[in-house]
Amino acid sequence: MQRIGVFVCHCGSNIAATVDVKKVVEMALLEPGVVHAEDYQYMCSEAGQAKILEAVKEKGLTGIVVCSCSPRMHEATFRKAAERAGVNPYMVEIANIREHCSWIHKDMEEATKKAVILARAAIAKVNLNAPLQPGESRVTKRALVIGGGIAGIQTAIDIADAGYEVDIVEKTPSIGGRMSQLDKTFPTLDCSACILTPKMVEASAHEKINIYTYSEVEKVTGFVGDFTVDIRKKARSVDMNKCTGCGVCQEKCPSKKAPSEFNRGLNTRSAIYTPFAQAIPNVPVIDRDACLKFKTGKCGLCEKVCQAGAIDYAQQDEIITEKYGAIVVATGFDTIKLDKYDEYAYSQSKDVITSLELERIMNAAGPTKGHLERLSDGKAPKEMVFIQCVGSRCADNRGKSYCSKICCMYTAKHAMLIRDKYPDVNVTVFYIDVRTPGKNFDEFYRRAVEEYGVNYIKGQVGKVAPLPNGKLLVQGADLIDNKQILKEADMVVLATAIEPDPSVRKIATMLTASIDTNNFLTEAHPKLRPVESPTAGVFLSGVCQGPKDIPETVAQAGAAAVKAIGLLAKDKLMTNPCTAKADELMCNGCSTCANVCPYGAITYEVKQVNDHGIREDRRIAVVNNALCQGCGACTVVCPSGAMDLQGFSNRQILAEVDAICR
Amino acid sequence: MQELVNRAKELLADGTVVRVLGWKAGDLPYNPEPAYFTSAEELDNFVYNGFCGANLSKYMIEASKLEGKTMVCLKPCDTYSFNQLIKEHRVDREKAYIVGVGCKGKLNIDKIKEKGIKGIQSISGAEMSDACDTLTIQTLYGEKTCSYAEAMLERCHVCKGKEHMIYDEIIGESKDTKDAERFAEVERIEAMSPEEKFAFFRNELSKCIRCNACRNVCPACSCRKCVFDSTKFDTAQKANVDSFEEKMFHIIRAFHVAGRCTDCGECSRVCPQGIPLHLFNRKFIKDINEFYGEFQAGADSEARGPLTNFTFEDCEPSIVTERR
Amino acid sequence: MSIEKEFRPKIVAFCCNWCSYAGADLAGSSRLAYPADVKIIRVPCSCRVNPMFILRAFQKGADGVIMCGCHPGDCHYSTGNYYARRRMTLLFSMLDYIGVENGRTRVEWVSAAEGVKFSTTMNEFVEKIHSLGENVRLEDLRCKN
Repeated sequence: MQRIGVFVCHCGSNIAATVDVKKVVEMALLEPGVVHAEDYQYMCSEAGQAKILEAVKEKGLTGIVVCSCSPRMHEATFRKAAERAGVNPYMVEIANIREHCSWIHKDMEEATKKAVILARAAIAKVNLNAPLQPGESRVTKRALVIGGGIAGIQTAIDIADAGYEVDIVEKTPSIGGRMSQLDKTFPTLDCSACILTPKMVEASAHEKINIYTYSEVEKVTGFVGDFTVDIRKKARSVDMNKCTGCGVCQEKCPSKKAPSEFNRGLNTRSAIYTPFAQAIPNVPVIDRDACLKFKTGKCGLCEKVCQAGAIDYAQQDEIITEKYGAIVVATGFDTIKLDKYDEYAYSQSKDVITSLELERIMNAAGPTKGHLERLSDGKAPKEMVFIQCVGSRCADNRGKSYCSKICCMYTAKHAMLIRDKYPDVNVTVFYIDVRTPGKNFDEFYRRAVEEYGVNYIKGQVGKVAPLPNGKLLVQGADLIDNKQILKEADMVVLATAIEPDPSVRKIATMLTASIDTNNFLTEAHPKLRPVESPTAGVFLSGVCQGPKDIPETVAQAGAAAVKAIGLLAKDKLMTNPCTAKADELMCNGCSTCANVCPYGAITYEVKQVNDHGIREDRRIAVVNNALCQGCGACTVVCPSGAMDLQGFSNRQILAEVDAICR
Repeated sequence: MQELVNRAKELLADGTVVRVLGWKAGDLPYNPEPAYFTSAEELDNFVYNGFCGANLSKYMIEASKLEGKTMVCLKPCDTYSFNQLIKEHRVDREKAYIVGVGCKGKLNIDKIKEKGIKGIQSISGAEMSDACDTLTIQTLYGEKTCSYAEAMLERCHVCKGKEHMIYDEIIGESKDTKDAERFAEVERIEAMSPEEKFAFFRNELSKCIRCNACRNVCPACSCRKCVFDSTKFDTAQKANVDSFEEKMFHIIRAFHVAGRCTDCGECSRVCPQGIPLHLFNRKFIKDINEFYGEFQAGADSEARGPLTNFTFEDCEPSIVTERR
Repeated sequence: MSIEKEFRPKIVAFCCNWCSYAGADLAGSSRLAYPADVKIIRVPCSCRVNPMFILRAFQKGADGVIMCGCHPGDCHYSTGNYYARRRMTLLFSMLDYIGVENGRTRVEWVSAAEGVKFSTTMNEFVEKIHSLGENVRLEDLRCKN
């Protein structure tokens, strides 16, 4: 029989205002196994924890029930307190009488009754708890960063600077990400490439950083500290070691009709290409879908002109298997598809563009060499209209419910840059709200309005219609003056919502990292652990977690790096002892449990057992405690009930059920 | 039958097998029982007729632990169970020499008795070599006849087919005896009101005496130790103390074999209280077929069972309410 | 003459640790009320919920049992809720088949961010159980007060 101590927390008035804590103490003392019960103002405080230590000493407690806030909040605190008192930490159970009781019920009698029952269930469970010992697992001192944009680059540099090996896996032929596509950055208007390129060079030159471009994560197994990852290095068709990056192949390539991904399809590129001039590595890839050699077997011009002999048409995809202790996801974003927003005529007119396309048009290395011109006829525009929140803050399910966060600022930037360079161009911005929280952000927006004369209209645009004269008729509303506006524009720019890069879904599944309804990765805690995934050993960097601008991304990238470094600095990790365990005498060896185990933690061994005097060799399930994560899938498919979950055993859960229904 | 005995003797003689698992005559003309035979002399007691309904697959769990091979006689529907046992590593294929025996439907003595035929002394027409049309029954009160089909077990009316799923050789001819809809009875219950359903099952299950015959005969219930006998699961309760115990037992038993049950019908065949226990299993089979696609447990020895599998698009549990 | 007591249902909610239990916590910290009749049991994953637990709850006098887990695709253990979904579908169908009103069982996917959904689900469920009344079909008569 256990000797159980019950500790009821007032949580100031959070609990005590609606739950009669004295009554809970009184009722707990009637439960089997309970030898001590008391209440206290704040159990989580030092003084509160001291009460536990004291009671263990005086009453010789073997089990502890704390009636307090959610176990997600303080289970760890009280387990540590128990350990200090010499009680196995897994002999502690929490009755959640705050989040699940005092905070949601108003009637004191009712809430008290429920708190008593919740305490009863926890006591019933502790009566069946058994001391558990965590195992140890080793930590591979190497980190994987998925995504080579500014988030991934910054995380990799920070981890590498701390002295750990880092691999970056980037799916496109070059690192750099979205930031490399931007022209200028707000609110300082410095050139994006000028600040990004040195970072790219730093990462590629870092002795601790290894970059796999044109590569994708294929498979992830293992767990925190000991992940095994298969990386598919897609066939580049160019030997990375031989190529000198001279660029002759790209000049001579006769197939130049492939849309340029880097320029958002606004112009074309050759079949053998580097995405942009500052690409790292400066080694081209052959786009096998566009290459004449691959399509028709004829051509082979690049091979002929390559002095270094680097072209290798026979190159195959290569799978690299590597072990990592930590994984950082930095998969970034893309703009949403606009097929559901046909009222803005994006598909009908070349002069309706997204803001990211405008970045490329404004960029000196872009499709128009930095000249602002209409893509339909190359003429300079005189009237430009910006439409905000296209697909953001969307009430229906055409777009995204969230605010994309960066659009107000980049539109102010675009407007300002255009007015600065082309003072004769009128710029009108239709907006729902202008959101400018951030250092020097509001000042920046006000400059656009006050100094650069950008015309901001509060109101949404209902329709953009291409006119026979080549112009675009913008039909909008001015909510402040309460009037309809019809405006002929030469170009319309859509502040298109951003969404997590579609590749993140597959990656999240491989990592068993949770994802929200918008495909943003979920944090372990939205406020207190914002750069960690609930999956141990997986960290979040950049927009994959939620919309952010460059400085926020860099800050978060650094934070993710620190968390990863904190993990890599450890030599060993304690493993969760709440793992599955098979009763050897009951196990049928039927393999059903192994079929549903997501971690491959169950194997079978032929073991000699002594079943009440009968000695025989039996096929028996064996759980690898380092791999088992304690989900319990195996326990339910096991027909004989031989497989049980420590810490959440069948008897423990049934005892809770009985206690609640009593 | 003679062909079967001769072949068994041959296999014993040439050392292919060291024992034969079949049936021997019981104390009444209609209750042959499973038996091992280790010599030619013993084989003289071997019988195989329309009353040999017992599914011998489960005996192979123990036979797999014995030295040497066992010749086992499996009817077409028994081979599904055997496959399922292979999948679950409960029998050793290498230890079995499977003789697929012909089957033209198995008989239920209760069906004959229900016709008011009493004092049975002998029955002819149940030998598998016959056409299996009519049974001629000698009783204390004279000779009676009964149509073979009318005396068949419920499961034979929904026969899975005359093909053996796994065998080393086949002796004798089989016949597909299906003449009824497999799920008709389940559908009839599904159409009832909740009150009627409840009354129906309460009436049936209240007959249960927890003799565990269903569990002991079931080839899917092959656990070394059943959860209902286990203190570890806190469910070891045998006494017939309240109306729920039987429901719990039978639902959980059916759930444990869901996706693994081949619908061999042994549970209903052996129930001394005549409870149509197969109606539980068949409900699960029907649901599995409807929700997750046609699945026949034991059709092979490899495919994943429907409860250890999933698709991203599976229906939600609310379908139970929605399809009403 | 006995005075009819107000019906206070007993409702057991199994919540997975990662999504639904956290969703219930969020309902709590957002002060989104639902009836005190609901008592939550924390399990690591919806796939830990054995049909036996649900039957046992009914046996011991529960009037309704609800299971909450991560949304399909978001399981912390990646696949647990897919197995749970099949299990519960079949179990609920079986309970329906033997005449237990199927409003007494429910599965709802509640994420850690869905405090509102948790609260509305529980309110709805309790209301449903009120409309069905006391569970008499599965109860262990010995447990009756």
